[in-house]
Amino acid sequence: METNNKKAWLYLLPAGIFLAVFMVYPLIDVFIYSLEESYNFASQTSRGTGLFNFSYILHDPYFLQAVRNTALCVAITVPISTGLSLLIAFGLSSIKALKNLFQTIYFLPYVTNTLAVGLVFMILFKKTAYTDGMVNLLIHFFHGPTVDFIDGPYWAKMFVLCFYVIWIVMPFKILILTSALASVDVSYYNAAKVDGTKGWRIFLRITLPMISPTVFYLIITGFIGAFKEYSDAVALFGTDLNAAKMNTIVGYIYDMLYGDAGGYPSYAAAAAILLFAIILTITVINLLVSRKHVYY
Amino acid sequence: MGKRKIKFKTVLTYVLLVLWGLIVLFPFYWMVLTSLKSYSSYNSEYIPKFYTLSPTLQNYADVFTEVPLGRYLLNTLLFTVVTTAIMVVVAVLAAFAFARLKFRGRNLVFALFLSLMMLPNELVIITNFVTITNAKLSNSFPGLILPSVMSVFYVYLLKENFEMVPDNLYLAAKVDGTSDLKYLLRVLVPISRPTIITIIILKVIECWNSYVWPRLITDDPRYYLVSNGIQEIRENGFGRENIPAMMAAVVVISVPLIVLFLIFRNKIMAGVLRGGTKG
Repeated sequence: METNNKKAWLYLLPAGIFLAVFMVYPLIDVFIYSLEESYNFASQTSRGTGLFNFSYILHDPYFLQAVRNTALCVAITVPISTGLSLLIAFGLSSIKALKNLFQTIYFLPYVTNTLAVGLVFMILFKKTAYTDGMVNLLIHFFHGPTVDFIDGPYWAKMFVLCFYVIWIVMPFKILILTSALASVDVSYYNAAKVDGTKGWRIFLRITLPMISPTVFYLIITGFIGAFKEYSDAVALFGTDLNAAKMNTIVGYIYDMLYGDAGGYPSYAAAAAILLFAIILTITVINLLVSRKHVYY
Repeated sequence: MGKRKIKFKTVLTYVLLVLWGLIVLFPFYWMVLTSLKSYSSYNSEYIPKFYTLSPTLQNYADVFTEVPLGRYLLNTLLFTVVTTAIMVVVAVLAAFAFARLKFRGRNLVFALFLSLMMLPNELVIITNFVTITNAKLSNSFPGLILPSVMSVFYVYLLKENFEMVPDNLYLAAKVDGTSDLKYLLRVLVPISRPTIITIIILKVIECWNSYVWPRLITDDPRYYLVSNGIQEIRENGFGRENIPAMMAAVVVISVPLIVLFLIFRNKIMAGVLRGGTKG
């Protein structure tokens, strides 16, 4: 085949322009911003060059709160959603009747608008003067103390947030795991059955190792996704997340750019770079661990 | 004994699956139910009822008259259609170059290209915000659309697909004197239709639900999309907490994608399986 340099670049040009302007240039620029001390967007001035922005956000109570919230959310939602989706995918793959119906239902949260459906969760969990709300009705039924999950104590708010995050991320995980389970060679199971291996041993010794690459893929993407948690919190607690003490790292970045406290892209850039560093570290650790435990 | 154990396990499995199904479906049921209750009947229920005997469509009328939900929907539709259309054209051209044309540095450029896939949006959105604001494009459709167009992953998906088309077809077209562009449009695109439809659907879902960028770049409600629109409705919309009306808005926003999903169920699930993310 002859080479046709010029023509090829012409075909790549539109994609190249979009990528250069909206991805490559911003990627370089964000590091520059992060080093311009207290750059103010309105006056277009900074105080100098250095690491002050990083030190500023690390001493900002709002940022520390956001880091705490995000870390808690990651630590709670990733293990629970991964374990639960394994359980459900395993259940799905062991049945025949109604399987399609279940799969369709389970996937619904994937195609819903997070901001809109979050409002349904809000009214289910909220306690107002007019009504205790659905969830509190349930708690009351079991003789528990009712609590306002949206404007109440910290643990209650964290609970709803994690609950909603898990609800949102489950479809993706169930789908991926179900398809991984379907691709496990049946002859392994048959051999195990002939040997008289017990059900849970088959799961631990055969199924889990066979799908371990998929599980680790889900854990890694789960970590990344949970660290970027933001819209779900807005859906539940409104746009002023600092007031609700429920801000996340990504929320902090956007607040620095926009809104009442906004106009400080350099602080936002420093926070974004820290977030990226955290995600990169966790991903590398995950990859190192997976090398030891993935059987492929 | 053994049989009974198996039966018990099957029952347990179904109980678990039905339970999760209920947890997934309940919020949908609750939003439809609440949207059909009237404002006064909703507020008089201290203990919320699981059914309503006097359903009303008044709330659905209110979301189009009292708050500009219709405008948000039209904005979102326009944003989704234009963004997706530009994305498909740009991605098809780029994928064709990577899959079929030979040029110096192709592998290197493609590797760089792929590495951009790992780039988190949070890292580049700061400068994009400044760029668009300085270009005086905030509160405008170009400002909403342009930074949302590119999805490196879809180019990758298309390139893989184009490469599966046998070389002979390309060579035969060359012998016939067919131009590259004609070959792309007449042969490659029709053959790859399933993949193109898949990326269109995935992009439509992404656009319809996008929240962060619209929220950053618009503060004029005339340019709100449904995601920041519903947030606006929640905070300043119906005066004192008119929750049934709010739920009607949520239903109206949710229905298009659910319908799309029920029609293209297999395509969407296969597409997500091949590389969708979220969570």
